[in-house]
Amino acid sequence: MALSGIFLVLFLALHFTINFTSVISPETFNELSHFMGYNVIVQFIMQPILIAGVVIHFVMGFVLEIQNNRARGVKYVQYKGGANAPWVSRNMIISGAVILAFLGLHFYDFWVHEMAYKYVEANPEDPTRYYAETVEKFAPFWRTAIYVVSFGLLSLHLWHGFASSFQTMGVNNKYTPSIVNFTKIYAVAIPLGFAFIAIYHHFNPIIH
Amino acid sequence: MKIYLKIWRQKDATSKGKMVDYTLDGIEGDMSFLEMLDILNEELISKGEEPVEFDHDCREGICGTCSLQINGRPHGPDTRITACQLHMRSFKDGDTITIEPFRAKAFPVVKDLIIDRSAFDRIQQAGGYISVNTSGNTVDANAIPIEKEKADLSFNAATCIGCGACVAACKNASAMLFTSAKVSQFALLPQGRVEAADRVMNMVRQMDLEGFGNCTNTGACEVECPKGISLENIARMNREYLSASVRG
Repeated sequence: MALSGIFLVLFLALHFTINFTSVISPETFNELSHFMGYNVIVQFIMQPILIAGVVIHFVMGFVLEIQNNRARGVKYVQYKGGANAPWVSRNMIISGAVILAFLGLHFYDFWVHEMAYKYVEANPEDPTRYYAETVEKFAPFWRTAIYVVSFGLLSLHLWHGFASSFQTMGVNNKYTPSIVNFTKIYAVAIPLGFAFIAIYHHFNPIIH
Repeated sequence: MKIYLKIWRQKDATSKGKMVDYTLDGIEGDMSFLEMLDILNEELISKGEEPVEFDHDCREGICGTCSLQINGRPHGPDTRITACQLHMRSFKDGDTITIEPFRAKAFPVVKDLIIDRSAFDRIQQAGGYISVNTSGNTVDANAIPIEKEKADLSFNAATCIGCGACVAACKNASAMLFTSAKVSQFALLPQGRVEAADRVMNMVRQMDLEGFGNCTNTGACEVECPKGISLENIARMNREYLSASVRG
């Protein structure tokens, strides 16, 4: 759980870096997207590893949740969980489930579209199409709103999950306060950045 | 002061329990929480009713026997104390106090507020010991030099009284804090290194067999532990477990 979580955290940083170029340089974004979409190593080694990481993370999350629910057969009549642990740490299954639902939409929006473009419709390579497709995707308000709300839940998930992964892997030492502080910065900055990109492209036709 | 009680009553391990309401008058702030329950039981006995069964022994926070979930928290609203160290001054006149047993599949209710915590005993039996040569040439433990920092950490872990508040507080009913304290108190000392790998593997295996939940690092156990056992122990146990697993 912790290892797959750390892996996904690292992937998020890469994903954000590439996405952010769409705000500052459409040409760079097109180049990077084309590279990621057609590079053999990325497509046939890194992409399956990424999908495996996502599947392992959420399957383990649900299995742990079921086991943990069984560990307390009779529930408390009164239970003040908020008195000793923050909401985010007690409800990772909720934030995780929302992120999983979001991933379904995200895969449908971009990954399924990409697979259909390349392998079903067998269209020729077009290194200039990615920026326009992204802007078009975020034109509907409902899609942008779903993305922004999901990024909010991603922030909550990261807020607990990132530093927690280190504890699970046995890291609790003088560096722990720094890890916790970095977690807080990362958990806010990355989802906020993703939300900014979605909102930016929603208003992109007006801006330009 | 007058207080209203909602107490879990359960005839035996197989019966279905329920919350029962009681009202107590004349309670003083200087009374301990368990004295308040003694008074309730005296009233119940004088009325010919079955008294409320609850665990207690030393009544000074040492033995870890009193295991009460009070108003939704293990050992009540105060921190770093057991239920027997809780005083009625922590409550106000007219308060309603909910009292339940610690809840976990591995801590089945025996009767009313008494639970069976022998799962903890079995975890300790699985590895919570060191082997000492008793053939006549036993080395005095005080003759073995130990770093002050490690000795202190080991002693802090050893202050765990096994009350079960960590399990009761955890949303997953996980026993990781208890088990890690028992692993740490030996793993930090040279005498405990000899069997360190077997110890952590056996104790974690037993913990899982007992049906405790998994740790998701909410930190509730550390907050509610009357002895302040640190989450560092869980990280240490995870390191020990990883190391033992890799070495086979």
